[in-house]
Amino acid sequence: MTAAAEAGQEVAAALATRRLARLRHLDLFGLVITLTTLVFAVVWAFPLYWGLVTTFKPEYEVVRPGVQLWPEHFTLEAYVHVLMRTKIGIWYLNSLITSGAVTAIVVTMAVGAGYAISQLKFPGRRLFWWTILASFMIPIPSLTVPHFILMSQFHWINTLPGVIAPQLIAPGALSVIIYKQFFDSVPKDFREAAVIDGASEFQLLFRIYLPMNWGITTALVIITFIGAWNLFLWPFVAVNTEDKMNITVGITQVHDAFGVSYARDLAVAMLAALPVAIVYLAFQRRVTQAIMLSAGIKG
Amino acid sequence: MIVKSRRNEIVVAYALMTPFIIVYGVIFVWPSIKMFELSFTDAPLIGQGAWVGFKNFWRLQSDRLFSTAIWNTIYFVLLSVVPSTLIGLAVALGVNRLRGRLQGVVLAAFFLPYILPVSVVYRIWSWMFDKDFGVAQYAITPFTGGQHVSVFRTLPLFMPAVAFVTIWWLLGFNVLLFIAGLRNISSEIYEAAALDGASRWTQFRRITWPLIWPVTALVLTIQLILQLKIFDQVYLFANNVRTDATMVMVQYILKQAFQMNKGGLAAAASVVLFLVIVVASVLQFQLLRARGER
Repeated sequence: MTAAAEAGQEVAAALATRRLARLRHLDLFGLVITLTTLVFAVVWAFPLYWGLVTTFKPEYEVVRPGVQLWPEHFTLEAYVHVLMRTKIGIWYLNSLITSGAVTAIVVTMAVGAGYAISQLKFPGRRLFWWTILASFMIPIPSLTVPHFILMSQFHWINTLPGVIAPQLIAPGALSVIIYKQFFDSVPKDFREAAVIDGASEFQLLFRIYLPMNWGITTALVIITFIGAWNLFLWPFVAVNTEDKMNITVGITQVHDAFGVSYARDLAVAMLAALPVAIVYLAFQRRVTQAIMLSAGIKG
Repeated sequence: MIVKSRRNEIVVAYALMTPFIIVYGVIFVWPSIKMFELSFTDAPLIGQGAWVGFKNFWRLQSDRLFSTAIWNTIYFVLLSVVPSTLIGLAVALGVNRLRGRLQGVVLAAFFLPYILPVSVVYRIWSWMFDKDFGVAQYAITPFTGGQHVSVFRTLPLFMPAVAFVTIWWLLGFNVLLFIAGLRNISSEIYEAAALDGASRWTQFRRITWPLIWPVTALVLTIQLILQLKIFDQVYLFANNVRTDATMVMVQYILKQAFQMNKGGLAAAASVVLFLVIVVASVLQFQLLRARGER
């Protein structure tokens, strides 16, 4: 009896040590993975850091061999030069105006269309819905030529409205779809109760449906703004004078104007990245939510 | 009364739809029709042209530059789509193990490049790869016997380098989708598998991979459609040197339209791009779905 119990205890102890050994083994494996991930993350972030830190170095330090992780002589010369001697102010303003306008127009038209398609019955509803879905099939770059023709008929080439208009399709379609999905999932009880109280459709939209989905509106505003700020192809095609350029197009001009100066080139780039970086860091969770919504994952 | 409210509903609906209808009619529907119509004419960029049937398409078919553009685009897609998906999954598996603040910081390190404008990405990487002073040369010289390499001026290196930069730029998007997918897999399945003594590799093969497959298919499809439209990076890194050798499809369209003033031919190339994307996405979606149902 006691011998059997002892033997049992021994087996249990042996099992316990083995499990412990295995656990330790697993942890070691996990640790390796975690460390690899961390190293990889540092490697991934390094080019960003390197680009940023280069802008604070004087030109002779920039071209010095070796990896110097912090400037010996910290200077803002590159930024001062860029701000005083290039048209970056105008490019910034153009980017702000066009991205702001694209965002405002997209969200306004998407709220209305999303609500109508989601909640109202009217002839043509299905046709519009299919048109929106179809717009995902046509690659926007292949519309560049007809867009250019259209904008020149409007005499909008080389103007800000000409930069804005063709950008409205892609984020517009996406926003309508997302609004429709979210308006669809608002419980019908709210609607019925409000209708009995005599609320009009506009009141329903602005008092119930929109306020219940402020988070979505914020997400769409952020993602549309970032997308418009970052767009390269169309602003590049639609504009041919420096005064009307967006920052993303404009910064590819500085190089040509001042010869090779890495600190200055990168300073301009960092300034161009600043607004989107700030928006991302300030609204990290909204941005990730918006990105997942855009991929069709309701998060 | 009911009739009146029904009419009212239609009026309200159209009032709400009006901005959308105008914008879409003018900026999407009309240009789409125009693209198809133009592709059958010999019109210049601005102005009228005569109907020429399928002549533009025959010309594209025999144009060496157009086949270069198609091959370069396909080559770029091969170099970027599958690697960025696999690396994205690997990184997501690693990041998903982390918790709390650390996870947020690590995720941000991978995601931050994604929100940058392409011109900024271009500036950062031309500096990284710079022939004389770029730090990436320290990673290159051991393979070349101390020779510095002008990466974007060396034709065989051009597309791989642009694909590499593109993966660096866009990886965060894939990581984000994969993490969302991984979070949806219940931890109970893993616990049960661990109790049964399944190894990590078996757990990955039998649980993670099949359950994450719908996300993988989604990421692959999104990346494929996106990368077929490649233009910005290729244009910027080529820096107006030897553009014909590194030409991609969108670039061909722009060249025919804005340099050669051939609106009809450019529109025909646009139609081809449209068809390629439709066929590729439908095919890929069907293939991936079939694999997922196996």
